[in-house]
Amino acid sequence: MSNGNYKITDFVHIKDHRIFHGKDQVFKTEKSLGLDQFLKASYKKLEIAYPKFHKMDGLCKLGIVASEVLFKDHYISSDTALVFSNSVSSLETDKKHQQAMGRMVSPSIFVYTLPNIVLGEISIKHKLQSENVFFIENRFNAEFMRDYAEVLLEAKKTPAVVCGWIDLKNAEYDVFLCLISKKGEIPLSKENLKQLYLFENE
Amino acid sequence: MSDLRRELKQNIIEQLNLEELEVTDIDNEVPLFGDGLGLDSIDVLELIVMLEKDYGIKLTDPEQGKEIFASIDKMAEYIEANRTK
Amino acid sequence: MKKIYLLEDAIISPLGFSTEENLAAVKNKKSGLRFHKNNRFPSEGFFAGIIENQLLTEAFLKIGEPKKFTKLEQMMLLAVSRVLEKNPDLNLSKTALIISTTKGNIDLLTKSPFPENRVYLSELGNVIKDFFGFQLEPIVISNACISGGLALAVAKRFIIAGKFDQAIVVGGDLVSEFVLSGFHSFQAISTEPCRPFSKNRNGISLGEAAAAVLLSSKKPENPNIISLIGEASANDANHISGPSRTGEGLYKSIQNAWREAQISAKEIDYLSAHGTATAYNDEMEAVAFNRSGLGNVPMNSFKGYYGHTLGASALLESILTKYSLLNNELYASLNFDEIGVSKPLNVIEVFEKKELRFAMKTASGFGGCNLALVFKKE
Repeated sequence: MSNGNYKITDFVHIKDHRIFHGKDQVFKTEKSLGLDQFLKASYKKLEIAYPKFHKMDGLCKLGIVASEVLFKDHYISSDTALVFSNSVSSLETDKKHQQAMGRMVSPSIFVYTLPNIVLGEISIKHKLQSENVFFIENRFNAEFMRDYAEVLLEAKKTPAVVCGWIDLKNAEYDVFLCLISKKGEIPLSKENLKQLYLFENE
Repeated sequence: MSDLRRELKQNIIEQLNLEELEVTDIDNEVPLFGDGLGLDSIDVLELIVMLEKDYGIKLTDPEQGKEIFASIDKMAEYIEANRTK
Repeated sequence: MKKIYLLEDAIISPLGFSTEENLAAVKNKKSGLRFHKNNRFPSEGFFAGIIENQLLTEAFLKIGEPKKFTKLEQMMLLAVSRVLEKNPDLNLSKTALIISTTKGNIDLLTKSPFPENRVYLSELGNVIKDFFGFQLEPIVISNACISGGLALAVAKRFIIAGKFDQAIVVGGDLVSEFVLSGFHSFQAISTEPCRPFSKNRNGISLGEAAAAVLLSSKKPENPNIISLIGEASANDANHISGPSRTGEGLYKSIQNAWREAQISAKEIDYLSAHGTATAYNDEMEAVAFNRSGLGNVPMNSFKGYYGHTLGASALLESILTKYSLLNNELYASLNFDEIGVSKPLNVIEVFEKKELRFAMKTASGFGGCNLALVFKKE
């Protein structure tokens, strides 16, 4: 399906207490920090200044931090589509809600028991009134992401796509988001997406 | 400041994750919603849960919540008049 | 451009285990909503559309061993099997499997006889794939209450792009304690069977269902056929649980779907709304529909029959919309009494025969998502 028109304009990684913008490490904390502390430190470091952040669950906080880094150097049209995926949906928050069910259920936990809420939070923060979709996959599926991004762009449903992987399972997180548009040097391909996803693990 | 008002402020900050606020940042009269503290509809529901858990007051109509949660003063008055624990 | 046709379909719900049974029930204003005891509620229970386990097991025995599958899996497998039975020549190595659900087997988070990974939505995909021997990797969509309709849109987009020629889209969700307790904490569960768009509405009723549709770009010989000619989704960018007061995302979805379908408000003969019967949702829809010039178009919500079936709802309701078009029938919006939104709507109160050509299905959900689909009778 590849036609070479589209590029991986920019990308961001968050994993193992580190944030990478492109191939540059922009932030790192001690490995001893828990997820919440790491996210709070990232929030401060990136000067996000968005008090709603503290109300979000882990998945949404990861999405907000990642989009903050990814959008920093670019004009993001309000029609930019969000196409995210992960392996376990909103499992971490699902477990919290499940525990609360025995006592008193918290509406502010329940509202995060859907994976696509992170798309909503990013849309609100960056005023994106665009196509959103959340896919569940066993692992990051570069071919599928390339295909769907191209489908949206070719169908003129959107001028740009933010796509990737945002997984949170047992406090382990793995985030890889890409901005796909006609700008940039790296051609959009399955191989390039896969390589960029894996790069940080090298 | 009355103990109940201080307690309410502490609980609200904790329950609603208002991380960037201190007890002393919240005035007794300031609106909790809209331009005041900027709380939203999920926060109203969360405060309703808090009323039941901490003070044994059951609210079944979120609209009622909007009046009760107008300010810390209003909330404290309502709790003092209706608490069962 | 390629056309996308809605071919065989199936609905598994409290109103029956086939599309025919479901249509007959809807036509006769029969609801699947019943009172179920539950001490979480001050009224000691709630109204919901729940499938009887025994009936499901009996039906499932004809295609598999019920003990090996969860209730949701049985429902979804049954739905897909109904579609495949009528299309025995379908080449499964070239047919995509697209699954929509919000919470899947979430009730397995507590103790269950199934392996731990069975709670994952990707595993739900694998179970369905392996049962029938699909060759392509399943595509699983979990996008709140628009999931079922979004799955149709995703299928259409991939087929038009040439990724595959046909797809089976299957959606399903259960009435779980997990979801029930959450909506209860939102004070959103109705104390009676839900009343979409009515003055006296006071919240949603939940429901469970599975639905499946075969989509294809190959035009069948039967001239009586429905196609999906436009679709779009858009986020409100307003609030994660409260619908936009201006109906922005829904309005935008409708406009974009029309642009693709190359039609406008005056051509829409029938509108299948989301209509959850919460105060804010129905009001938001009324605003978006009026902004779009749809205030006079005959419309209904099927939630009074099924309750809100979450990840199945927009798919199930698209199937019913298809038959509205095919049969030239407008089904009553069950439990509607007096208009309870600030803008005029033409809510269908009694069953009516009417020549129909274009219809629209809309849905909205948590996370601020909205969707519009345009169907055409060829």
